[in-house]
Amino acid sequence: MKNRLKATEEQLAYAKVLNLGMKIGLLAIIVTFIIYLSGILPPHVPVNDLPKYWSMPVKTYLKATGIHPGWWWISMLGKGDFLNFIGIAFLAGVTICCCLRIIPIFLRKKDTVYATIVMLEVIVLALAASGILKAGGH
Amino acid sequence: MLLETLQQKKQAARFNKALILIFLFCLLYPLVGPAFASTESPAAASAIVNSSMPWWSWPLILFVVSFALGIVAVLGGVGGGVLFVPIVGGFFPFHIDFVRGAGLLVALSGALAAGPGLLKKGMADIRLALPIALIASSCAIIGAMIGLALSSDVVNTALGATILGIVFIMLMAKKSEYPEVKQADNLSTALRISGIYYEGSSGQEVNWKIHRTPQGLALFVIIGVMAGMFGLGAGWANVPALNLLMGAPLKVSVATSKFLLSITDTSAAWIYVNTGAVLPMMVVPSIVGIMLGSIVGVRILAKTKPTAVRYIVIVMLLFAGLRALLKGLHIWN
Repeated sequence: MKNRLKATEEQLAYAKVLNLGMKIGLLAIIVTFIIYLSGILPPHVPVNDLPKYWSMPVKTYLKATGIHPGWWWISMLGKGDFLNFIGIAFLAGVTICCCLRIIPIFLRKKDTVYATIVMLEVIVLALAASGILKAGGH
Repeated sequence: MLLETLQQKKQAARFNKALILIFLFCLLYPLVGPAFASTESPAAASAIVNSSMPWWSWPLILFVVSFALGIVAVLGGVGGGVLFVPIVGGFFPFHIDFVRGAGLLVALSGALAAGPGLLKKGMADIRLALPIALIASSCAIIGAMIGLALSSDVVNTALGATILGIVFIMLMAKKSEYPEVKQADNLSTALRISGIYYEGSSGQEVNWKIHRTPQGLALFVIIGVMAGMFGLGAGWANVPALNLLMGAPLKVSVATSKFLLSITDTSAAWIYVNTGAVLPMMVVPSIVGIMLGSIVGVRILAKTKPTAVRYIVIVMLLFAGLRALLKGLHIWN
């Protein structure tokens, strides 16, 4: 009875990675945002111009600012506004790391059904993160 | 006991019907709605652009409002995203595309922050969450792609209708602390979804199992699509689906729902990030504001009457839902 009350090994392993990833991600978004606000790195879109753009639909905004969707931001990390995407991507990516962490545990326990479910989950999340799937915009 | 079981069944059926009706509206409205082909409202947009307020005032107001929403969300027992999207979408100059992107990241951050504690305590159940997460996260991608392809008028109208539907669900759906599950269904038995958790208030160990797993998984197709489409998070639908329909105890449902959001919202958030619908100047003040607000909210929680706050949340949602609906229909720009 007592053993069942404890969180399972995979649950604890998932929690450990999630805890670490979440803290790093939150710290990253705060630090990069301070750098952005301080102007140490010049932004691609000047902060004074932001009100011109934030009421536009995303497609119009991208065209007006010359921003490319997808992973283009990686090549723009020298710009203060794009630097923020490090933390955002980290927060959005931590779940994939958590899933990868528990696959070996399920496999070791010969729980192939759950190992398969988690592998499929990783594929779904990686597909979403890849940028292959894009919305049409309007 | 029999009466209670019948009531649970009725509640579950009512919740299913409400959710399916909302979903059908969202799905069919773009096809039949007169605003489908319409473009953005240029008058409203230019009025905002010509605002004399300095650029930094809006992110600052957003931070303050997010902080307040963080407090109210904890006290009202709802996720931050469900309040954030209609209120910021309705009353701020930001386009609904960016609001939904920020809303998803707000809901995601909250779920990521709560996840480790809920998993370690054994309140969130990973075996219950993973099959649901696979379905909901796949469908959230589809929802996000649909949502970003629609015009803002259609999104606002459907969002307004959804929020009003959520208000209806919140008013009608009673929660059940320990739903009666006579026998686990074959699928949940095969997946070994069951558990025991320690109920601190009574000092008892609660055995739980679930039923109606296939129906529950089917419902998460709808919930996933709507979560991605509106960037709302989906706690408002996850909890009744897990609790009323599938029969998980309320605390397990709430905790598993929160953990589930960390996976569902991840997939949808990536679609918004990769489409460019994420503005750091909106996202960071929102996340930090709502998280700080949640911390304060937890401290206030012990001293307030949850029922009273819940009604405040319902009134806020009603107002924000009407605003989104009327904005989408060009009645209140």
